[in-house]
Amino acid sequence: MSPTAASSVENKTDVPPARPSPSATAPANASLAPEAKIALLRTMLRIRRFEERSLRAYQAKKIGGFLHLYIGQEAVAVGCCSLMGKNDHVITAYRDHGHAIAVGMELNPLMAELYGKATGCSKGKGGSMHFFDPSRNYWGGHGIVGGQVPLGAGLAYGIKYQGLKGVAMAFMGDGAVNQGAVHEAYNLAALWQLPVVFVIENNGYSMGTSQARSSAGELAKRAEGYGMAWGVIDGHDLYAVRAGMDPFLRAAREESKPAVVEIRTYRYRGHSVADPDPPNSTYRTKAEIEEYRRAKDPIQVFQNSLLAEGVLTPALAEQIDTEARAEAEVSADFAEASPCPTVENLQQDVYWETDHPAERKSQGRLFFD
Amino acid sequence: MPVITYREAIRHALAEELARDPNVVVLGEEVAQFHGAYKVTEGLLEKFGPQRIVDTPISEAGFIGMGLGASMLGVRPVMELMFWSFYSVAFDQILNNAANVRYMSGGQIHCPIVIRGPANGGTNVGATHSHTPENVLASHPGVKVVVPATPADAKGLLKSAIRDNDPVFFLENTILYGLEGEVPDGDILIPLGLADVKRAGTDLTIVTYGRCVLHSLAAAELLQKEHDISVEVVDLRSIRPLDLDTVLASVAKTHRVLVVEEQKPFCGVGAQLAYMIQREAFDELDAPIARLCTVDAPAIYSPPVEIEQLPNPQRILNAALAVLA
Repeated sequence: MSPTAASSVENKTDVPPARPSPSATAPANASLAPEAKIALLRTMLRIRRFEERSLRAYQAKKIGGFLHLYIGQEAVAVGCCSLMGKNDHVITAYRDHGHAIAVGMELNPLMAELYGKATGCSKGKGGSMHFFDPSRNYWGGHGIVGGQVPLGAGLAYGIKYQGLKGVAMAFMGDGAVNQGAVHEAYNLAALWQLPVVFVIENNGYSMGTSQARSSAGELAKRAEGYGMAWGVIDGHDLYAVRAGMDPFLRAAREESKPAVVEIRTYRYRGHSVADPDPPNSTYRTKAEIEEYRRAKDPIQVFQNSLLAEGVLTPALAEQIDTEARAEAEVSADFAEASPCPTVENLQQDVYWETDHPAERKSQGRLFFD
Repeated sequence: MPVITYREAIRHALAEELARDPNVVVLGEEVAQFHGAYKVTEGLLEKFGPQRIVDTPISEAGFIGMGLGASMLGVRPVMELMFWSFYSVAFDQILNNAANVRYMSGGQIHCPIVIRGPANGGTNVGATHSHTPENVLASHPGVKVVVPATPADAKGLLKSAIRDNDPVFFLENTILYGLEGEVPDGDILIPLGLADVKRAGTDLTIVTYGRCVLHSLAAAELLQKEHDISVEVVDLRSIRPLDLDTVLASVAKTHRVLVVEEQKPFCGVGAQLAYMIQREAFDELDAPIARLCTVDAPAIYSPPVEIEQLPNPQRILNAALAVLA
């Protein structure tokens, strides 16, 4: 399927009729001002248009390495991150573009990072899997499945040690739940009552292996073994994500209670762009993907609810989408026009000390040739 | 000057830094209530309380990763590995996350974490507990690796390590924990990356670190007494950063070099050193650079044979005589 066709899905006519989400009136959503709701829709659309634009750039060989697209999962990151307070922190795995935009990162440095440019959020040193912005409490962007989850517990440890009321959201995919490091982090979080919510974004497939073929039992229910609370949330409905996550985040912030939450979602594209779409996919059908697009697309679901609530008009929806596409295009232009890092930049950002020579206390050689 | 053990020197460094900086926390298996598997942290729980001295479950990947995450927020965790040999179960956290996160974030993050514990053979605990991973660790840009040989060095280097803003891996030695030595009182810091000439000499330079410093000093005494050979012993103390200048100054004096390390030969620290010395001081050398390492096999259990597998004074003496032949 071409990216152009993918991008037109929200405008299909055979979508379910506009109706308010049953979660629209949940406590987490009831107080949302209309402008805030529009902002949430805008963020989801910015993620989708950014990623579609990045895919085109990848196909044009502007981007190297891996590109794990989040398209179809937007309500998860946007819903969760929209609940963040100032002492709340986020860490995630390699499918990290959505979370970066959801915490407020600008598109230009993100696209530039994909292009490997010095103006990228990680100066072209991290790439698609390694977006970071500590100023927005966003701690990456980590490439090894499950490897970021102990770090997430550590963010929670830091919050608690410093006596702050905050929560760390440690995102992982459904493929990560069988990694030992994840279970070690679960145990530590429960043992020490760390304010962390482990969020399993279950898109059904750990790469090309379905949940049924990779994981025994119910994913979040494993929390019971550690005495933690758990829940399952519909990740296609942004309101449901907010409504479902809010009590877990509050319990973590207020009572330092950890939890494991599974958010059920779906990715339209392959695991990475190297994973072909049907009919060349070996593990799922075009019909399956089309059914999700038709009935459960998170942008369409939210848009429908906003239309039914009278918050959104079709004209405004179109305007937001047009602006998102334009912003994505601008980011590609920005990335294209930006300089690459230089060979001289290779050995910067390795050690804090060599980046702060006036404050260096150690002696001797830190680099070798 | 007070005489204390290597174990006490590390404990004093921890206590002083815990008292100085409220962000410093000590975490690890058995560090609190049990007082440390090797009693290094004895008394710290009683003095600093359970918020600062924390027993972890046997869960190295979990707690090292957790410490690393906390360090990103400004906590300064000093994590004890009961044995550095257990680094393999936390490899991803130590060498993918700790070593790389600053770089991958374009310098936005730094991780002021110390991971410390013993890394040595010689105690008949077999291959799984006798790893000396300083070469593996030091081959990762982004980390620092320190291997102190004496009580004074252990204290001064650990205090510097705790104040360092980069990840520092601090490799101790179970056999050295009882070693006594003079340690200055008070806030004495030894910078990482500064080698120390432990014995001056004119005929041969032995470059070494860790427990092999003691063996080399013993060999040097025998060489002086029995063969009238004057050996200079250079203790690197820190593998990364590395003080090559002190090594080269010694080479310029003696013109012969033996590198001694409790490492397997292949891709060991000595291999890198030998390369650097020949490149920088080729014209100073009167003989090929020699290495003495652990015999290249997994650590044997059999106690008498393990002594011969590791560098020891007699093996060092023989290797030195070969360089001078």
